[in-house]
Amino acid sequence: MSLKMKFLGLTAAIALTAGSASAQALVYCSEGSPEGFDPALYTSGTTFDASSHPIYNRLVEFKVGTTEVIPGLAESWSVSEDGMTLTFNLRRGVQFHSNDMFTPTRDFNADDVIFSFDRQGNAENPYNSVSGGTWEYFGGMDMGSLIESIEKVDDYTVTFHLTRPEAPIVANMAMDFASIVSKEYADAMMAAGTPEMLNQAPIGTGPFQFQAYQKDAVIRYLRNDNYWGDPARVESLIFAITPDASVRYQKIQAGECHVMAYPNPADISAMQEDAGTVVMEQEGLNVGYLAYNTTQAPFDNANVRRALNMAIDKQAIIDVVFQGSGQIAKNPIPPTMWSYNDAIVDDPYDPAAARAMLEAEGVTDLSMKIWAMPVQRPYNPNARRMAELMQADFAEVGVDVEIVSYEWGEYLSRSRELNRDGAVLLGWTGDNGDPDNFLAVLLGCEGVEASNRAQWCHQPFEDLIQAAKVSNDPAERTRLYEEAQVVFKEQAPWATIAHSVVYMVMRPEVDGYVVHPLGGHIFNQVGLN
Amino acid sequence: MLKFLLSRLLTFVPTFIGVTLISFAFIRVLPGDPIIVMAGERGMTDERYAELTAQYGFDKPMTVQFWDYLTGVLQGDLGQSFVTKRPVWDEFFSLFPATLELSVCAMIFAVGLGLPAGVIAAVNRGKLFDRTLMSAALVGYSMPIFWWALLLIIVFSGQLQWTPVSGRIDLIYYFSDATGFMLIDSIRSGQDGALWSAIRHLILPTIVLGTIPLAVIARQTRSAMLEVLGEDYIRTARAKGLSPLRINSVHALRNALIPVVTVIGLSVGTLLAGAILTETIFSWPGIGKWMVDSIFRRDYPVVQGGLLLIAVMVMIVNLTVDVLYGIINPKIRKR
Repeated sequence: MSLKMKFLGLTAAIALTAGSASAQALVYCSEGSPEGFDPALYTSGTTFDASSHPIYNRLVEFKVGTTEVIPGLAESWSVSEDGMTLTFNLRRGVQFHSNDMFTPTRDFNADDVIFSFDRQGNAENPYNSVSGGTWEYFGGMDMGSLIESIEKVDDYTVTFHLTRPEAPIVANMAMDFASIVSKEYADAMMAAGTPEMLNQAPIGTGPFQFQAYQKDAVIRYLRNDNYWGDPARVESLIFAITPDASVRYQKIQAGECHVMAYPNPADISAMQEDAGTVVMEQEGLNVGYLAYNTTQAPFDNANVRRALNMAIDKQAIIDVVFQGSGQIAKNPIPPTMWSYNDAIVDDPYDPAAARAMLEAEGVTDLSMKIWAMPVQRPYNPNARRMAELMQADFAEVGVDVEIVSYEWGEYLSRSRELNRDGAVLLGWTGDNGDPDNFLAVLLGCEGVEASNRAQWCHQPFEDLIQAAKVSNDPAERTRLYEEAQVVFKEQAPWATIAHSVVYMVMRPEVDGYVVHPLGGHIFNQVGLN
Repeated sequence: MLKFLLSRLLTFVPTFIGVTLISFAFIRVLPGDPIIVMAGERGMTDERYAELTAQYGFDKPMTVQFWDYLTGVLQGDLGQSFVTKRPVWDEFFSLFPATLELSVCAMIFAVGLGLPAGVIAAVNRGKLFDRTLMSAALVGYSMPIFWWALLLIIVFSGQLQWTPVSGRIDLIYYFSDATGFMLIDSIRSGQDGALWSAIRHLILPTIVLGTIPLAVIARQTRSAMLEVLGEDYIRTARAKGLSPLRINSVHALRNALIPVVTVIGLSVGTLLAGAILTETIFSWPGIGKWMVDSIFRRDYPVVQGGLLLIAVMVMIVNLTVDVLYGIINPKIRKR
């Protein structure tokens, strides 16, 4: 991980001006409104920033700044030898927040854990359909078929019985959808006829307590003085919702915000030179790629795919498309992830060798399509421009490229088709910091005609990732994933393009902020000097 | 007058049905499946897709879906947002006061400056004031809102620090948004300085949103006044020795107002379009940004419900304009 903090001068470290907020309030200029406050119902990072990180805890947590899983509401956990049961020992004396409608009468216990998961997977649970619940992540992470049952051993011990051994489930438990909600609050709201309050007036165990929300304007939180962990350093946390990146920067400069995310790439050099701002950066947990359709000639030939990969000038893409805010990707997983195989050498940019390789494989006068996404994504800020650069690169080696694009929904849907014509630009942002979340989801045989856009099912690779999935030995899993990356590189179902760099901009008086590789913005331990 | 009002109200019915149909069809004509968009890069299994399609009622024939929607609308149920899972009605009315407050201020700004400026320009036709004003109006009309807003923020908020950058009120003020109108709520709160803070936050967005209507109203007032000032009865009034002030403000302006009121009515549509950009830049929690986000997310209930409610608002404004015609010129009422 390369965490680089650029700090260019300290001028008058102005506390927030009168007319903004008191010194004990940390103001974060967020990019948008949360969809709601029940993290299990939603999938966007903006929602998680406003809900799961300040308000809730999970059984296990990601250590901020890493993808390492550490104890949360569970003090410890154990996996049975056969990998079929997972037991959590819960923390005692953890209190839920209270609000105008609810004051808890008991501490957090096993009932809350069982309720938090049962409502997502059990159609009979009265909360299953509340707030139009579609439980995207619970379904997406395949938790429904993975969890056979959840057993309350006693008030402070919960056992998950699984249908198959699956090591990444512990990391899944640290994901936002696995946030623990209060069963007592849920029951009270159901009895009052207002079950949607669970989503609109959230009650959690987290370091901040929800105070108020005005859509598209502001979210307010107060410090939870009864927090079981290290208490938050500021008395209150305010999200000033500011959708426009240029305006966020103006607000930082005017002292109306302390921290902002997602700056305009074009503004970053000015921010780095501005004495009134500190810019932090880190590679995001993402990858942008070009997926060939490996079921169609000539892309079913690994040598052809490798030759094309050698024709792409990735540095030019980083410079032009990412405007420097990206890093060349050589592996399908980002370098911030454990088991990243740094020993792998990337294909060189060598058009002459690429042309020779194509000719050796009998590929001449090749015409192909490159699909360019119509939307900006973290792993690809401008797919059209990227496709144009590739078009020029491929023309150098005698390959004629036609660029196609569809509306985003159509794009996602059509690119899944097995007989799809052409190579697709797409990418992925990691969910749980586990390599399985990239390698199995994007390149495993089960993902063919779904999230595996290369339609690539290669048995030696599949054997490695399946073995890694069921092993509970971290060293063994690391070895298997490293080997899988070697197979990937030889077979080249994708051209791996880039990992974007995430920037956080803040005022000099902000202390203790850590960029989180999973993308969340977490303020538990952030203070103001 | 009552008969006139009733006849205007009757035209509401076909328009309302038409708008309901168009708002329903509009979002469905756009390519893109909301369920696929919802799943993102991850995608979903065919079974899950079928399950969600059924949950949202997309598996029913289009006519049945429209009928369900129409009956819902008639019972006051606009559905629930796919994204926030909250009723569209609740979302609209939590955001609409912000848009309304800003639009009213922008309109007061535009009319308050545009009308006298247009009158003065007409009276001083061809002189320096007239030429300056008309050039300024042309610039104002052509100004890209986005650019204009950022320019004002950089100068007045960034450099001079006279106004806040964005938002509706300083974050130190915290009170319930009982009415949703910040000017009213800040007074009700009784907190020192809250009203002044709300006013300061309104200044730049009001100027940005009001600029185009201001330019249009000034130009329209000028040309309408010029036309009226050439009429025989104005010459008669002059011959009778009435003061120029009385002639211009009473005799000429009243008759020149008809086209101006029309333009003001039509400007409401422009204001709503302008509100989308203005609200985004100034982080103003109104319906403009809400609608645009919903279109991108293919949030069908919000788009169709929001369009319908906005259309009804525009219809009400048009009705008001019609009534105003009747007051300004009783001849119209009798037609």
